[in-house]
Amino acid sequence: MTPSTIELTPTAEDRRIARHAAAAIVLTVAEAAIPLPLPGVKPGLANIVTLVVLARWGWREAVWVSLLRVLAGSLLLGQFLAPGFFLSLSGALASLVVLGLAMHLPARWFGPVSHSILAAFAHIGAQLVVARLWLVPHDGVFYLTPVFALAAVVFGLLNGLVAARLLRELQRVSPPPGDPMER
Amino acid sequence: MRLELADWRGLLRPGDVLVALGGLLVCGYALLALWQGGVPDGAVIRAGGKVVAQVDLARERTIEVPGPLGVTLIEIRPGRARVAADPGPRQYCVRQGWLTQAGAVAICAPNEVSLSLTGRAADYDSLNY
Repeated sequence: MTPSTIELTPTAEDRRIARHAAAAIVLTVAEAAIPLPLPGVKPGLANIVTLVVLARWGWREAVWVSLLRVLAGSLLLGQFLAPGFFLSLSGALASLVVLGLAMHLPARWFGPVSHSILAAFAHIGAQLVVARLWLVPHDGVFYLTPVFALAAVVFGLLNGLVAARLLRELQRVSPPPGDPMER
Repeated sequence: MRLELADWRGLLRPGDVLVALGGLLVCGYALLALWQGGVPDGAVIRAGGKVVAQVDLARERTIEVPGPLGVTLIEIRPGRARVAADPGPRQYCVRQGWLTQAGAVAICAPNEVSLSLTGRAADYDSLNY
């Protein structure tokens, strides 16, 4: 075999990001199979992975995992560069910004559930703004805000609880090398 | 591995409960702010195309509006309004009864009087595609 002139050696971090992103993508695709009564209301199961990565490995890796998930998930679902893709992307970006801020809240009081709910609100907020500015230039978009807000609370709570539990189990199996909050 | 309900609750930290409650508050606020568009807050009375009275629906009152056929009687009650009496021959505006939605209109064409309810976000009375 001709040796490649460019040698890419994935680091342990790269592998970890790839593994987590793969898990998130699987959840995205699986979720797309669940019939939902209203377009736009989704559990956002893939965000459980983002929350776990955020708590264990820090914000930078969470950003990688989340954006890779949006990109690859949209490719797999045939949504790439469709309006739905930009809605997902804007939601993910806003969530990541809010997560970056929320992770500095005192951990004694605010856990993954708080992060999850706050990120869910950032998600719907950004999506509504993008939808209003670009897709449906009419204030009627905001009519469903209460429904989206309720979904954000409910799914944010559930995802946060699942993430919190996963973190507890993971803590038992393999404690992460140092708390990312203190790095 | 099985977790009881209490164990799930153990995963919640005090702030989490606050955040969840705050989220519900936002939800309730959005509900009240956005889904109350149909509630009227005032009434506009026109005669011969000109606005003769612009009243709020806060307190009860009766307004007499003169027109070419005679006097149209408009009754205002908190949150609603109606044409109580009209000299017109077909009485369409009277039979419409109480108007309760923002944007609702009762027109007494023969006497050239109309009553319409206003609101922060008046609903459409019809949509065409």
